[in-house]
Amino acid sequence: MVTIEIDGKPYQAEAGAMLIQVTDANGIDIPRFCYHKKLSLAASCRMCLVEVEKAPKPMPACATPVMDGMKVWTRSVKALAAQKAVMEFLLINHPLDCPICDQGGECELQDQAVGYGKDVSRYAEGKRVVFDKNVGPLIATEMTRCIHCTRCVRFSQEITGLQELGATGRGEHTIIGTFIEKNVASELSGNVIDLCPVGALTSKPFRFAARAWELQQRETIAPHDALGSNVDVHIRRNQVLRVVPRENEAINEVWIADRDRFSYEGLTALDRLTSPMIKKDGKWQATDWEKALAYAAEGLKEVVKKQGSQAFGALASPTATLEELYLLQKVGRGLGSANLDHRLRQVDFSDQDDAPLFPYLGQPIANLETCDTVLVIGSHLRKEQPLLNHRLRKAALRGANIIVINPVDYEFNYPVAHTLISSPATFVEDLAGLAKALWENPGTLVPTEMQKLLGTVSAKDNHKAIAQALRTGKRRAVLLGQLATAHPQFAVIRALAAVMAKLSGTSLGYLGEANNTSGAWLAGMLPHRGPAGLPLQTIGLDAHSMLTQGLKGYLLLGLEPELDSWNGAAALASLKKAEFVVSFSAYRTPTIDSYAKVILPIALFAETSGTYVNVEGRWQSFTGAVTPPGEARPAWKILRVLGNLLDLAGFEYMSSEEVREELRQQVGEKRPNNRLAWKIPSSLTTLAVKGLQRITEMPIYSTDALVRRASSLQKTVDATLANGIHIHPQLASQKNLSQGNSARVRQNGATLTLPVVMDERVPQESVLIYAGQLANLELGEWYGGVEVSAA
Amino acid sequence: MSTRMPKPNSFQLLSADSRAQIDHWIAKYPPDQKQSAVMAALMITQEANGGWLTTELMDAVADYLQMSPIAVYEVATFYSMYELKPVGKHKICVCTNLSCMLRGSEELVDHLQKKLGVDFGEITPDKKFSLKSVECLGACGGAPVVQIGKNYYENLTPAKVDEILAGLE
Ligand code: SF4
Ligand code: FES
Ligand code: FES
Repeated sequence: MVTIEIDGKPYQAEAGAMLIQVTDANGIDIPRFCYHKKLSLAASCRMCLVEVEKAPKPMPACATPVMDGMKVWTRSVKALAAQKAVMEFLLINHPLDCPICDQGGECELQDQAVGYGKDVSRYAEGKRVVFDKNVGPLIATEMTRCIHCTRCVRFSQEITGLQELGATGRGEHTIIGTFIEKNVASELSGNVIDLCPVGALTSKPFRFAARAWELQQRETIAPHDALGSNVDVHIRRNQVLRVVPRENEAINEVWIADRDRFSYEGLTALDRLTSPMIKKDGKWQATDWEKALAYAAEGLKEVVKKQGSQAFGALASPTATLEELYLLQKVGRGLGSANLDHRLRQVDFSDQDDAPLFPYLGQPIANLETCDTVLVIGSHLRKEQPLLNHRLRKAALRGANIIVINPVDYEFNYPVAHTLISSPATFVEDLAGLAKALWENPGTLVPTEMQKLLGTVSAKDNHKAIAQALRTGKRRAVLLGQLATAHPQFAVIRALAAVMAKLSGTSLGYLGEANNTSGAWLAGMLPHRGPAGLPLQTIGLDAHSMLTQGLKGYLLLGLEPELDSWNGAAALASLKKAEFVVSFSAYRTPTIDSYAKVILPIALFAETSGTYVNVEGRWQSFTGAVTPPGEARPAWKILRVLGNLLDLAGFEYMSSEEVREELRQQVGEKRPNNRLAWKIPSSLTTLAVKGLQRITEMPIYSTDALVRRASSLQKTVDATLANGIHIHPQLASQKNLSQGNSARVRQNGATLTLPVVMDERVPQESVLIYAGQLANLELGEWYGGVEVSAA
Repeated sequence: MSTRMPKPNSFQLLSADSRAQIDHWIAKYPPDQKQSAVMAALMITQEANGGWLTTELMDAVADYLQMSPIAVYEVATFYSMYELKPVGKHKICVCTNLSCMLRGSEELVDHLQKKLGVDFGEITPDKKFSLKSVECLGACGGAPVVQIGKNYYENLTPAKVDEILAGLE
């Protein structure tokens, strides 16, 4: 610690800290453009000049380390003159187009020009003009306004790790851009909108929609990533106009992923439903809540009375709030059915009784960046959980060994120490080899049955190399991703991961799925466990069984099961065959029309109060920022009324907080223990697949109903990439297929014609087909053999 | 599938000879700092391509040095010795900075533009000459200065310029 004096007052500061960090921490204003606490120092804009004792010239506060006894003046005549002069230079080429600039009112340049600049310009010469770039559907550019602070350039180098933006040319001719116009392909790209101090980079969807001073800011929690990023929604006249990050060092730092930033566009999608709908005598009619709910209750009672309670099941999206999920399972159980689930993307439930309380990350989010060795099993992490990936990226840049086992050679934006590409059919074999490689070292313990199973397994050289890497480093973790949880041998994968964790002494964690997956587990939206993980006597059907075996009555919450589930084709067929389906849905689609009898319009993210529990088990509650459109209502309120109409006890809640507290008391201090939560598998045999293996990934912008309707996100590279059949170029040429042409794809008796996409990431014995796409719905299961031929 | 990295193996666009010359420069730096050779690599590539760089060639350099293309573009656009458009057989670079201006570079420029019938950044129809304005060439003592190819010509007058150009093939 050193003592310095700023503007005549003494301050304590960390030795080596930059002056600007000290002034920021103490609420002293220093103007700046290039400095950003999460980026490297450029010290190029010179706006932060201050006077320092004994220094002949003013010094940049952002790049001047403090020293004991240093005396600094931030508002002295010399400092002010320097700041004024820099401001004058910055404004030479900056257009005076504030009245038509989206940044107006929240522009750092505007604010600082008022605070530190002159009131008249002496500059009469012409200003430079820079042509705009098209950098994709999310970011609007107006490059004439750029002041070359290079924050966006450093962001793309240092945070996204994909250097996409750069400063070309020099001096007055410097231009920020991607040189040749390319879509910015980062899943975090929207953050440059916040970083850009001027109106050069602004939000394209928000463009010209409102002025900063017309907006009201409301705190809430983001609706997609499993971290529960903290965000502010900006609203005007009851409409969400944009979403920006709210700083929370423990969760999202200062960033948010594009999915959480731009999905609000789905709130106003054209197919948004604004009044309850019922289907009577084969005709759809809009109705009021009273009639719709009475009709729904009647229909559900009827199914249960005639077919028995086991003929009824409820399914929910893990993006629903904790309160909604809790009430839904309460309704389901009240009707006498244990057919309840939210795990639509899973197919192997054989070890569900042994699963942890919820799929826990195994450590706090922020700790990930301090790891030394991390084994990621089955995850396209950059796209699944962009900000968890960012934590691992930080670890990797610090020198951590990241090891990846994946069916597809996904791109990571940091060095990966070992990559093992293993097709779905050999996945278990490779993990077993790895476990064996770890076990071969003496002095470690595995349960005897597991030892027996591993007895015949032999470890290959690459397994041994990975095992070796997994043993080194102080803080280590094994993490399971979505490609692992969706695997038909998930239970075996989990067991092997647990064995590996045990043998190597690492922690075991899950990378999470949706924003409230943990909450769905805690709320008891499960067939085998009640709220707070309470084990049950009678176990109901899991999501996959419910949707493939077929039930008579369904209650769906926030779902499009044909897109959300592991076998969309079968799900749709089952729903169509059912007698009575009630869909709680914010949207009305022809597909829902085709199977439902009642559609109840629900409130979405930002329209309801509630709670999400994130992947580290953190409960985050929020209130509604806007009221839902038309007659749409928060689902917890609808469920409360429905509970009463069904004559069920315990539905007298006055607020969502009451619901939450009821569950909170049951959960108490319970925490998951991942390392103990697994089951010894009966065998380690791999799956036989005929023909090419299908690999399925849920793409980043298809994960739930809201994001599927976010029109700008749907125009990104990531969204457009999700179509067609992805095949390795070599395999394609063997099969006479070429980019852009169509291929005939056969799976389980269904045949479709899909465009061919050459994709070198896909291994030769497989094809990659994305989930959540209407175009390939009929192919069904996310796994299995497919035949591909030229169409 | 991302848009940021150069196409794999795009370095093959560079001739074996160019690559050998670039390797000579790479060897001067620690193995993990290959990109330090970017300026030399661009120069070598430019010369092998008749004096200018295409985007594909810059991508090839990026691939060869394992850099992102934009980082190569940044270098190529920053320094005036790299050309991103075709140039004439003889690239005439006239210094228009302060000392040369005081000593008559404007007159030289007028003369050259009239004589060759081209503006800055343009090539004569026979592709023999191209004209370029550059900043201080570091030879103010001999102002006004013109650089043609690798040679400096100092203390110039329009007449001297005529003489020099007449002597060029
Ligand atoms: S575009 Fe914005 S963030 Fe990027 S350099 Fe220009 S002013 Fe800075
Ligand atoms: S903020 Fe210090 S030089 Fe830009
Ligand atoms: S100003 Fe022309 S050489 Fe220096």
